[in-house]
Amino acid sequence: MTSTVPSPGAQTGTLQRTTPPRPATPRQSTTRRKRGNRSPGEGRMAAMLLSPTILVLALVIMYPLLSAVHQSLFRAESGLDADGFVSEVESFVGLANYADLFVGESGRRFLNAFANTTFFTVTTVFLETVLGLCMALAMNRAFRGRSFLRASILVPWAVPTAVSGLLWRWIFQSDGIANNLLGSEVLWTAEGNASKLAVIIAEVWKTAPFIGLLVLAGMQIIPAEVYEAAKIDGAGWWRQLGSITLPLVKPTLLVAVLFRMLDALRMFDLPFVLVGPGKESVETLSMLAWDESNQLRYGSASAFAVVLFLYVAVVAIVFVKVLGADVTGAKELKLMSKKSRTKATRTRDIADREIAEQKKAEATR
Amino acid sequence: MTISDLRNAAADSGAPSAPTAAAAAAGQPKAKRTWRSYSVYAGLALIFAYCLAPFYWMIVSSLRRTADIFDNTLLPAPFSLENYVKVFDGSTMFGQALLNSLIVAGTTTVFALVLGVFAAYAISRLNFRFKSVILGVIIATSMFPGISVVVPLLRLFTDIGWINTYQAMIVPNLSFAIPLAVWNLTTFMKQLPFDLEEAAMIDGCTKWQAFRKVLLPLAAPGVFTTAILTFIHSWNEFIIALSMINNPAVQTATVAISKFTGATEFQAPFGEQMAAGVIVTVPLVIMVLVFQRRIVEGLTAGAGK
Amino acid sequence: MRQRRHTWQTLFTTTALVTAAAVGLTACGGTATEPKAAQSAAAFEGKGPINYVSNRDASGAANKTIEEWNAAHPEEKVTFIELPDSADQQRQQLIQNAQIKSDTFSVLNLDVVWTSEFAANKWIMPLPKDAVPTDKMIPATVNAATYRDSLVGAPYYTDGALFYFRSDLLTAAGIAAPPKTWDEMKAACTKILALPEAAGMSCYTGQFDKNEALTVNFSEAVASAGGTVVDAEGKPTVNTAEAKKGLNLLVDGFKDGLFPSDAITYLEEQGRRAFQDGKLVFMRNWPFLHASLSATDGSSKVAGKFDITSIPGTDGPGVSTLGGRSLAVSPFTPNKATALEFVKFFTSEEQAQKRLALSSRAPVYASLFADPAVVAKRPFFPTLLTSLNNAQPRPKVVQYGATTKAIQEEAYAAITGAKDTDTALNDMQAKLTELSK
Repeated sequence: MTSTVPSPGAQTGTLQRTTPPRPATPRQSTTRRKRGNRSPGEGRMAAMLLSPTILVLALVIMYPLLSAVHQSLFRAESGLDADGFVSEVESFVGLANYADLFVGESGRRFLNAFANTTFFTVTTVFLETVLGLCMALAMNRAFRGRSFLRASILVPWAVPTAVSGLLWRWIFQSDGIANNLLGSEVLWTAEGNASKLAVIIAEVWKTAPFIGLLVLAGMQIIPAEVYEAAKIDGAGWWRQLGSITLPLVKPTLLVAVLFRMLDALRMFDLPFVLVGPGKESVETLSMLAWDESNQLRYGSASAFAVVLFLYVAVVAIVFVKVLGADVTGAKELKLMSKKSRTKATRTRDIADREIAEQKKAEATR
Repeated sequence: MTISDLRNAAADSGAPSAPTAAAAAAGQPKAKRTWRSYSVYAGLALIFAYCLAPFYWMIVSSLRRTADIFDNTLLPAPFSLENYVKVFDGSTMFGQALLNSLIVAGTTTVFALVLGVFAAYAISRLNFRFKSVILGVIIATSMFPGISVVVPLLRLFTDIGWINTYQAMIVPNLSFAIPLAVWNLTTFMKQLPFDLEEAAMIDGCTKWQAFRKVLLPLAAPGVFTTAILTFIHSWNEFIIALSMINNPAVQTATVAISKFTGATEFQAPFGEQMAAGVIVTVPLVIMVLVFQRRIVEGLTAGAGK
Repeated sequence: MRQRRHTWQTLFTTTALVTAAAVGLTACGGTATEPKAAQSAAAFEGKGPINYVSNRDASGAANKTIEEWNAAHPEEKVTFIELPDSADQQRQQLIQNAQIKSDTFSVLNLDVVWTSEFAANKWIMPLPKDAVPTDKMIPATVNAATYRDSLVGAPYYTDGALFYFRSDLLTAAGIAAPPKTWDEMKAACTKILALPEAAGMSCYTGQFDKNEALTVNFSEAVASAGGTVVDAEGKPTVNTAEAKKGLNLLVDGFKDGLFPSDAITYLEEQGRRAFQDGKLVFMRNWPFLHASLSATDGSSKVAGKFDITSIPGTDGPGVSTLGGRSLAVSPFTPNKATALEFVKFFTSEEQAQKRLALSSRAPVYASLFADPAVVAKRPFFPTLLTSLNNAQPRPKVVQYGATTKAIQEEAYAAITGAKDTDTALNDMQAKLTELSK
């Protein structure tokens, strides 16, 4: 159709790269051609493809980050001069702003916010993952009204956060619809555990679709033949879920969960609007950083932001390490090669062989 | 051997078509089927309810009069379109704000996808040094609290004269959208078999052709999903848009909503906010319906069946 | 495993690198505030277009004033930059722009409680003595716009507390006059709640959610008991017997079931709704809801059944907290002469009177409250004027944000029973003392 005549250049290019596999990458399946060699051409091409991304991110994030770190090392001595004006003397205080995070009243608030942030992240991300998986499984089934289900599952993600915060605030009002339906008199927006629960319910509602949609996309690229092969082997629905679906969507799921975690750790709007600022039961690290800068203590506000950044970074690193979210592509072939025992890969092997034969035929022609 | 043959091979091996996958999932032993389908439908109904009940409440609230906005009746009584009229009342320029949101979110999505696809291709298909460092840097930008970037960015954008411009919103939005696009697309591309592209290249396609005609159609579910997620995220962005824009002709819908005012000082314009919430959500739902078809059918269409 | 480890290490190195680079490059961070050149005091020079920055005026009255100005001053047009409805977000935007010394914001619409903070940080300019006719204005509003003896804002509109009561139930219980003190209110409630038609009702509510409104209600309770939150020198005075008496009014109200138990989550709107649905006998609230409570479209169950008076105190009428707004000029705008002229024009008695046709916001000119035509439209004006004449400002401190937070924190702890009154007030005193240093 488009290019029936192979161009010699492409031919040689491919051939050059068909060098023997290095022993360092044992996981690659034997049917695969080795593509592990670094060539200067690829490096240059990669640099070309990646530089716009890096440029944009550097502009938007590096500058604020650097200035926050800088700011966090200073403290404004906010004394008033004789005329009642704020004398703005900013002095370098080294790591004092950081040290202050851990002592006294501010230390107590920090630890409280730290605990809340962690608690919210763990609970909401866990629930979102479970619910998101269910959503994806539901969306992946064939039944009437499926597209309606898909759209409705995404509604919560589409509602602007501030509006959804307000919506839930009124739902959880002392005489709101939640108490009305439950026949209870829970004060969801006052200090206490009920407010934590309210935040979790609203947050999970809002963001489970994120995981659901990403996982659905992951499910879409699982070859149907894998399921057929499993069925021939007599595997039931649960077996298929446990040994095919879950392992195969794992890379996508891990990326989804990672991004949800990064977001949940920085949670701000929802508790702020739903329960209100200054309520210790739901105060998160982001809210604390906001509050500090709202009170013009920019040094400690920046220190909070930097600490939060480091915390998020550590969580991400640990997550990647423990759960093995596939960052660099080092393990990219593991799952595929595992599958080579199934019929699916056999099918592909056949396809491969056919292609190779056709290629040979064409070459000899 | 043609490209379409390759695509067929791709469809046969690496990529399922939705109906077969669904058929596989549905093909259960008959005896168990009734019991299971009941519980499945109960589960579906629960998911439906959890997702839609609060949204239903939003719609109902938006259709009440200001005076009885906090009623708990399941249907608005008396029914009123007062809030919707107020939302589009001339002084708020809400129609313009919707258009601005569309421009900002649309541009963000397009840029994020283009940059994301390039980057993901480089990371999943090319060999070069510092690959993991670059991935690390990319995701590190998603780790800084959003509220802390506002003041430095305001200073920067003021200095370079970007206040009241679309790019002052688009560029910061990209800082969320790009990491998600890169990571997600990288995962997708890595899962797709490399053989097909190589076969295509052996067949004479250039790298670019192999990428465009083989890899990209296969990665369609990932691309469209990323598009939906980043579009909605930028559509809902608030604090940057609020800080960088003070000209109502350029402001986005979320900012316009924040400026709704109750009849007097302490009255929250709750009804209007809910009405506006419905108005900004509905186009997204329609868009999702359209894109969802692409997610499922992209493969089939790409395979030229 | 090797690969995994590799991954982890590089991600770690990346983060470390980013951080290290950030620390190393602090020199170009650029956020340190350079010492400002001393502002030449009150140099109102420069004419040209300016921006007026405020939340939206739903009534359209403010826009009318601006249109009138623009028609008369085509070379010095004023553009209305609208801020969000939420006061927190307004303050955030104003401070952000002051921090980067943006010349976009020329004339600022400030809440009375922000006055000290903005003045002390030199984010607004002291106004010339004769800029506005302060002698015609309600004294409390002028006081609220003054920082250390210099007028820094031109009072725009004002607000004070009203005491709403169910006149029908008072009559039914044979009570001739509305209560003037908390004790009278309790006594009245005992009688009224015994009536069959008052079944299921609660006695009283204010606004008790952890919010600015709690600071207002706490300050009113303390002032009504004869105490102060901070004295004239700005020193905190909440460890006094009067302050304790005041806070105890609220604490006991919850303890004795005088207030509905969910009043701990009430802001202005929830109180309105409870009162409007006939669940409350008495309520402290702002004048704004007079209109919605009087609505005869069926939304209010108490239309024609309620009346208003001054809030109760311990030994006589209580003391309201002052709300409202004033206009101030930013020192970063190049067209300060225009800005000052516009402020004078905007806050003039003539314009205030014109705005009354559309807006229900209370003017700062006492004479306007007496106009029979106005009173016919806004029957609460005479009572409001009485309330405003006695009104006290909230603590006038530079660090208002931290101060109000400390007050809310401790008052909330006391009324929810997390702390006893003495502990809460001592802790509050300690926090406020720290802040006033």
